[in-house]
Parts: sequence; C-alpha cells; structure tokens
Amino acid sequence: MSFYILRRVLYAIPIAFGVSVVCFSLVYIAPGDPLQTVLPPDATAETIAIVKHAYGFDKPLPMQFLIWLGRVLTGNFGVSIATRRPVFLEVTDALSNTALLAMFAAPIAFLTGYVMGVVAGCFPGRWLDRVVTGAAVMGVSLPNYWLGIVLVIVFAVELMLLPATGMGPSGSTGFHIYEWSSAKFLVLPVATLAMIPIGILSRTTRAAVAEVRNQDFVQTLRAKGLSEWAVIRHVLKNSLPTVMAVMGLQFGYLIGGSILVETVFTWPGSGFLLSKAIINRDVPVLQGTILTLSLVFVATNLIVDLLQSLIDPRIGRA
Amino acid sequence: MNSPVHNGSALDPRDRGGPLQPLLIARELRKHFPVKSSGGKSIKAVDGVSFTVRKGETLGVVGESGCGKSTLARLLLHLVVPDAGELVFDGELVDTPELPIGALRRQVQIVFQDSYSSLNPRMPVRDSVAFGPFVQGKKKQQARDIACAMLGKVGLDPDLFGPRYPHELSGGQKQRVNIARALATEPRMVILDEPVSALDKSVEAQVLNLLRALKRQFNLTYLFISHDLNVVRYLSDRVLVMYLGRAVEIGPIDAVFERPLHPYTRALLASRPSMDPARRIEEAPITGDPPNPIDPPPGCRFHTRCPFAETTCEKIDPALGVWEGPQSHVAACHMHDVASGHSRLAHG
Amino acid sequence: MTDDFSIIPAKAGIQGGGALVAALDPRFHGGDGVTKEQTEPLFAQQAPPATRVRGYWQSVFYRLRHDPVTLVFAAIVLLIVLAALFAPLIAPFDPYKESIVGRLKPFGWRGHLLGTDELGRDVLSRLLYGGRVSLSMGVAPVLCATLIGGMLGVIAGFVGGRTNTAIMRTMDVFYAFPSVLLAVAIAGAMGGGMANGMLALTLVFIPPMCRVAETATTQVRALDFIEAARASGAKTMTIIRYHVLGNVLGPVFIYASSLVSVSILLASGLSFLGLGVRPPVPDWGLMLSTLRQSIYVVPLVCASPGFAIFITSICCNLVSDGLRAAMDVRM
Repeated sequence: MSFYILRRVLYAIPIAFGVSVVCFSLVYIAPGDPLQTVLPPDATAETIAIVKHAYGFDKPLPMQFLIWLGRVLTGNFGVSIATRRPVFLEVTDALSNTALLAMFAAPIAFLTGYVMGVVAGCFPGRWLDRVVTGAAVMGVSLPNYWLGIVLVIVFAVELMLLPATGMGPSGSTGFHIYEWSSAKFLVLPVATLAMIPIGILSRTTRAAVAEVRNQDFVQTLRAKGLSEWAVIRHVLKNSLPTVMAVMGLQFGYLIGGSILVETVFTWPGSGFLLSKAIINRDVPVLQGTILTLSLVFVATNLIVDLLQSLIDPRIGRA
Repeated sequence: MNSPVHNGSALDPRDRGGPLQPLLIARELRKHFPVKSSGGKSIKAVDGVSFTVRKGETLGVVGESGCGKSTLARLLLHLVVPDAGELVFDGELVDTPELPIGALRRQVQIVFQDSYSSLNPRMPVRDSVAFGPFVQGKKKQQARDIACAMLGKVGLDPDLFGPRYPHELSGGQKQRVNIARALATEPRMVILDEPVSALDKSVEAQVLNLLRALKRQFNLTYLFISHDLNVVRYLSDRVLVMYLGRAVEIGPIDAVFERPLHPYTRALLASRPSMDPARRIEEAPITGDPPNPIDPPPGCRFHTRCPFAETTCEKIDPALGVWEGPQSHVAACHMHDVASGHSRLAHG
Repeated sequence: MTDDFSIIPAKAGIQGGGALVAALDPRFHGGDGVTKEQTEPLFAQQAPPATRVRGYWQSVFYRLRHDPVTLVFAAIVLLIVLAALFAPLIAPFDPYKESIVGRLKPFGWRGHLLGTDELGRDVLSRLLYGGRVSLSMGVAPVLCATLIGGMLGVIAGFVGGRTNTAIMRTMDVFYAFPSVLLAVAIAGAMGGGMANGMLALTLVFIPPMCRVAETATTQVRALDFIEAARASGAKTMTIIRYHVLGNVLGPVFIYASSLVSVSILLASGLSFLGLGVRPPVPDWGLMLSTLRQSIYVVPLVCASPGFAIFITSICCNLVSDGLRAAMDVRM
C-alpha cells in the first residue's frame, strides 16, 4: 500500500519535469527572437550582446533550460517586464486571490452538484432526474465567460444589486471577507465559476450512484431487511471514491482554468495576471504563471489520487 | 474408430518427410512469464515439454487448468515466442530460413475455445472466414468463394449464414465458423484448444463428429487440447498428460486410459464423474490444490499430492522416459524408472 | 475496414416463415466423399436466426432514426451550419460596414434585427459571418486531433511495450495542464491568430483522443480473434486495418463528437481573450469581448454572441449524447 503511495509520488516527478520543459519551451515557440521581449526595440548591438550573455541566450538550449530550472527551483522566476516586480511575488499575490474564489466556489459547487447527482441517481428516469440531467448538460455547454456577462447584466446593470467587476476599491489588500462591502464582489465570480463544476459533478455523481444501485449487493442489503435510508448510505459510501476523484480534478480546474472568468470580472487573480501578460507580451510573467498553475494542478491530482487510494480499498493493491 | 487407417498427410503434395516422419516434433519447449511484482520470479507455464505428433493422428493433451495446455498451443504456432526449445515441422526446423513462421502458419492452424471474442463482432462471418485466404494471397472474391464453400462444409448454409454477424449465431454455430476459418487456408495440422468446452453437451457431440469427419475428408492431423477426459478419449489416438508445465505421461489412448502409469493420470481418470453406481468412490482421488506455478515443488512436481511419494521423489525430478515408437507408453515417474530406487518399482 | 467486405443483403428467403421452412428442410451440405453415417445429425440444416441482417452501422442509423430528440437537435446544428455557410446570401447587411451614427442600437432599429455593435455594424450579419470562423475553429482542431491522436493511440495500443510507454507518458505530461490553460499558453506564446489558435486546440485535444484510442485498441487487441488473425499469417498493418480499426472507430467517433462542443467553447474563449482572429473579422468570442464594454447601453445586443455560442454548443452536446446512446449498445 505504501508502495503504491511511493510509486505515485515518484511518478509525479517526471511529470513535473515534463511540465517545466513545456513551460520553458513556450518562449521559444513564440514568433520572433525571445531577446526582443526583454529589450527595447532600439537597443544597440552592444547592449544586445551584453543582455544576451546576461540572460544566457547565447548558450545551447539544454544549458539554458538547466539554468532556468535552477533559478526556478530557488524561487527566482525573473522580473516582470510590465511592473518590474519579481514575478514570484506577482504570481503568489495573484494566486491567493484565485484561491479565495476557489475556496468559495468549490464547496458550493461540490455540495450542490453532489446533492443534485444523488437525487437524480436515486430516482432514475423520473422528472427529477431529467431536470438534473438537463441542468447538467446546460452547465457543461454554457460558456462560463458568457454566463458571467449575463449575470453582470442581470445583477449589476439591471438590478444594480452587485458590483460588476473587480475586487473592491481597495483591491486585494483591503479585502475583508466578513464585511459585505468586500464580500459582495465575490458573489458573481463565485457563482459563475461554480457553474461548470456543478454540471460535471452532478452528471458524474448521478452515473456513479445509478451504477452502484444496480449492483447485486444492494438487492442483498434490501433482502436482509435494511431500511431504504441505510441502503442509500451504503450506496453513497460506495460511489464516493469516483466522485471524489472528479471533485479533485474540478478543484484543480478552478485554480488553473479560471482565466476566462477572472477576465470578465477583472478579478486580480492568476488567470487575470496571465491574460494581462499575454496582451503585454510579458514573457517572464507568462512563464511563471503557467508554470505555477500547472504545478499546482499536478499537485492537486497527486493529492486526489492518494486520498482516493486511502478511501477505495481496491486501489493500491499491487 | 480412432486409429489412423491411412496416413493421409503423407499423400499431401506438400509433404516433405514421407509417411514415417512425424509431422511435428517439439523438443524441450519452455516458456516462462515474468511476474512484475516479485522480483525475478516467473510463472513457469511450459517448462521443458517434448513430444511428437505423427502424420494423420490425433494427439490429445489433457491436464488441469493452469497446467500450460493453452500456452503450449500458442507456442506451437509461435503466437507466443518460446524462451527455449525447438519445433520441427515435417523435418524442417521452424523459425529458420527453411521454414519461416509465415510458412508454418500456412500449414498449421488453430481453433480457439469459443468465447464471445473469437470472432470479430464487426465483421460478417463470411469475411472472418475469408480473411485467412485473403491474407495468404487470394483475391477478395476468390477468398469469399472459398469461405462460402468452407461454411457449407461445416454445415452452415453460406447464403443464410455468410452475411450474419457473430452475435446472431449460437455457440455451436460460432464454433463451426471457427473451424471453417481454421480450415479455409487448407492447413495440414489443426490445433484445437478446448474447442467444445464452452458448448452444451448436445452441441458438443455434433461438433466432435464434425471434427472427425473433416479430419478424414481433408487428411488432417489434430492436436486436441481439453480438460474433459471423455471427449479426449472419443477423438484421440494418443494422449499427452500435462501437469504444472511438464509432460508427465504419453502413450496410446487406450493404454493410458486403461493402464495409467503416472499417479496423476490415475487420479484424473478416477475423478471423472460417472453414472454407474458400481463405480462410486468414497474419498476424493486427489487432494489439495495444484501448487503455485511460480514456485513449483523441488524434485517431482507432483510429490506434494502423490500418495506414493518417497524421499527420492522430493529430490530428483523424473524424466519422461525414452520414447521408442508409436505404441510406446511412458511416464515421468520414479515408480517406472528402474534406476530410481523407488520401493514400488514396476508395481504401477 | 469493413467497407471492403461490403454487406451483401441477405436473400429474400428470410421473412417469417422462411426460417421455419429452412429449419425443417434437411438439406445436406456435406462435402465430397463423406459417408452417409456422418451426414445424418451433422449436416442437418442449422436454423438461422429469424431477424433481418443488420450490420452495426445500419443498426446505429436505425436507432438514430427513431430518436426524435437527437434528430431535432441535429437539425438545429445543421441549420446553424447552413446559415454560416450561406452567410453571404442571407446576411442583411455588410458585416464590415461601420456607421458612426448607428452605434450600439437595440434590437430592431432600422432593420437591424439584432441591433448594432460599438462601431455601428449589424450584429446579425456579423453573427452569421462569425459562425464560419467559430464553427471552423471548433471542428477543425477536433478533426486533426482525431487523426493524429487516434493514430498515435492505435499504434501505442497495438504495439505495446516501450512504444506504448513512450507515447502515453508524453501524453501524460500534456494531461498535467488544465485544457484552458494549455490552450491559452500555446496560443498566447505563439502570438494569437486563427491558425495558432487552431494549432493550440489541436494540441490540447490530442492527448485525450490518444488515450481513448489506446484504451480501445488495447481492449480489442486482447481478444481472441486478433490472435486468430495473427495465426493466419497476417502482418500487423493488415490486422490493424481490417480488424482493429473497425472496432476502435466507435469509441473514437463518440469521443470526437463530444469534443466538438468543448472545442467551440474553448475556441470562442480564446477569441474572447484576444487570441483568435484579429479585428475586424467577425467571430463570436471576439464580438463578446468587444461588446462587453457596452453592456450598460444595450445589454441584450451584447449578450447575443454568447447566446449563439451557447446554442451551438448545447446542440452539439445533445447530438453527441444521442450518438453515444445509439452506438454504445451491447449487441
């Protein structure tokens, strides 16, 4: 069992390495000389040569990668071209804002999606099931950025109940969750973010619950005289591992895939940082953000797999 | 009647070695499957099996599940590559420039146990049968004609059954298709891996009779693998008994069934269910489970379950004995090896 | 593929009573030289099943034809595609024609059914023309990814061993990115534009497609009829072509159809971020982005491009669900 845990952890290392290779090479697939991203257009040949040497662009590619990797591992992600602040600080600040959204969106989405899925799975074919399935399909097909805009139109423009964008007049530094003046900025982004996980989770939960209910052991339990409520508890327990795996994956998506929603609400999170970096062609920030987000995703998947192996006794046997 | 009346294969234009040359000689075939988790250990599926198959005969192969019969079948066609040992087909060494695997597969075919997966579910049955000739060079229409003819020979109307899909056929019909598929390429030898084990008894009889008729009609040689002793007796001329990857007894069918030499064979025969109240027995003829094929017992592999085991059986692995001729009946047992010093020598 | 061995319709004999007659008719189909004693029970006519011969694809079409929900949504998708295709013929105005006076007008203003955008251009016409971009950016990456990923997956699944490990582990690395992030990263790094966006999406879809194909191929490969094909002397490519592809195509196709709606969403998302086509080319995501500033003025107009994305995506999703239901039945 611990063998499985060890193997799973070790397996994450080459993945992380591959991820860093991809992030590193992003710069090189960009059109134009990567040098131009760090230099003003009218630099002299001398300046170019100096900067080239300083950044190590004159060394062979694998060398450059190793240098970059070394710097990254010590937390040096470079300096943002736009703001001149260290990228590491920019990314961590932004990431904490995204995490704030995720921490609200995740419980809401998971609970709602799970309950919907359980209800649908326990009454398959009835109208409740159809409603939930329909909602799930909508949730998955809706462009979440559009939903954000629609919500803004409804609640900010027409009803004027909630603010349209941003994190509040004082930004992330003056953000107090417990006061409505700050918290009201959270409502719409969280609602928008929660939509897709609700859709996916209710579909997955419904399928898992329906499948477990069809298994023979459920009939055996009923035949033994167990009350329906107790049977449902057994069913839920057995369908939990699959559902948990999906929850973990969705949490990863909430952190790593929030760029569109954050752009709509100009929420200063890591996604918004990324889209700004793309517009400004701020390569160090681009690289740093993508690397951080994808590593967070890898770590989330790892934790989810390990948790799943603890809960589901079928996994982890060699 | 089981004895080969005429060595049909010897009259085959593809014959190379003449009527006395065994069609197939297997020498010390070995296949071990490495097991991932426990270090360098491996499952010794087939561990040094040697036998011959004469032209025109049916050699039965029996044994419990896990004794290596199916692996042996696949080894003979190189569907699984042997770790050691050699095969000689009609006098030529297999997997050499004289007889490459492709050429072997034109002359030897295999019929699998009918699971639902033995026929491509997306192909009409006629095309599954035609695939063999098509691959071996015939044009599509020609291959289809051969397939239709073959379906007819196994008792399925080609017009009615040709365009059907496997899921529309019964188990017995599917097995007939498998047989047709094996015979479509006109092989000289057919390996039958538990061909009737998945069928109902009534259908089983039909298919067995079909096999006998086809063998005579096409001058075939059969290697018939089964765990069902009665079926093997019905079809075979000689029989090979396998245990845990080894050959433990080989001889003419009547000799082995009426005067079994090896204790394992004896136990197998005794454990056949019988309708005859006079043959009722009180104790199980054999006890325990077969040992782990990863770690077979030292010495004679059967000694842990053998009622006659002695110290020499725990130490020395008995050899199969010298095979002198077609009527030769030998077993790998110390009780029949004069040099072993077993206390029950020649008492059987 | 099974198309080479085309399905010849069964003879007219199998209609109700035909099967019964056939069962009673002891026609012997023994071979030459078989003695009578063997023909008796052995070659008695086998009773064929009394159903119509229906190949796999025919039964799929049959189920689809009788599934009204899926048909309705498929019709809607078809309408959308046709509207985009025939945009030059149906669009009431020139999508590029700007008008300083007529900016951000609501629904129905002077013949502009869906109003005008921030530069005075007719929104309906831009939606129709934009459909071409959005739809092609939705479909093309899926097609390419199916071809490339599917091929890689089949090879990995069939050959196994080190090749399999190499291919699948490489795919795993790309799996480690959330799809939106990867698409944005690649498209963003390459500088945006329609071609780069399509390339980015193709790269995003190749790993899951490869995985689906590999799983399906591995399952098929373990079946006995593959071994039988090998035993008859066929080479690897022949086996793949005739036996593997036909069985793998089903799962691959189902998965590809479910990817189309995701692709439309992602493609529009890329355009929304400015990583798709460049203005003034109309595109639904881009329109949504530029109109966003104006939601306080004409909210309905600004929401309309997103509505187009939503409708297209949900219809594609439902059609793909219908396809899966039709194709996934155990026969």
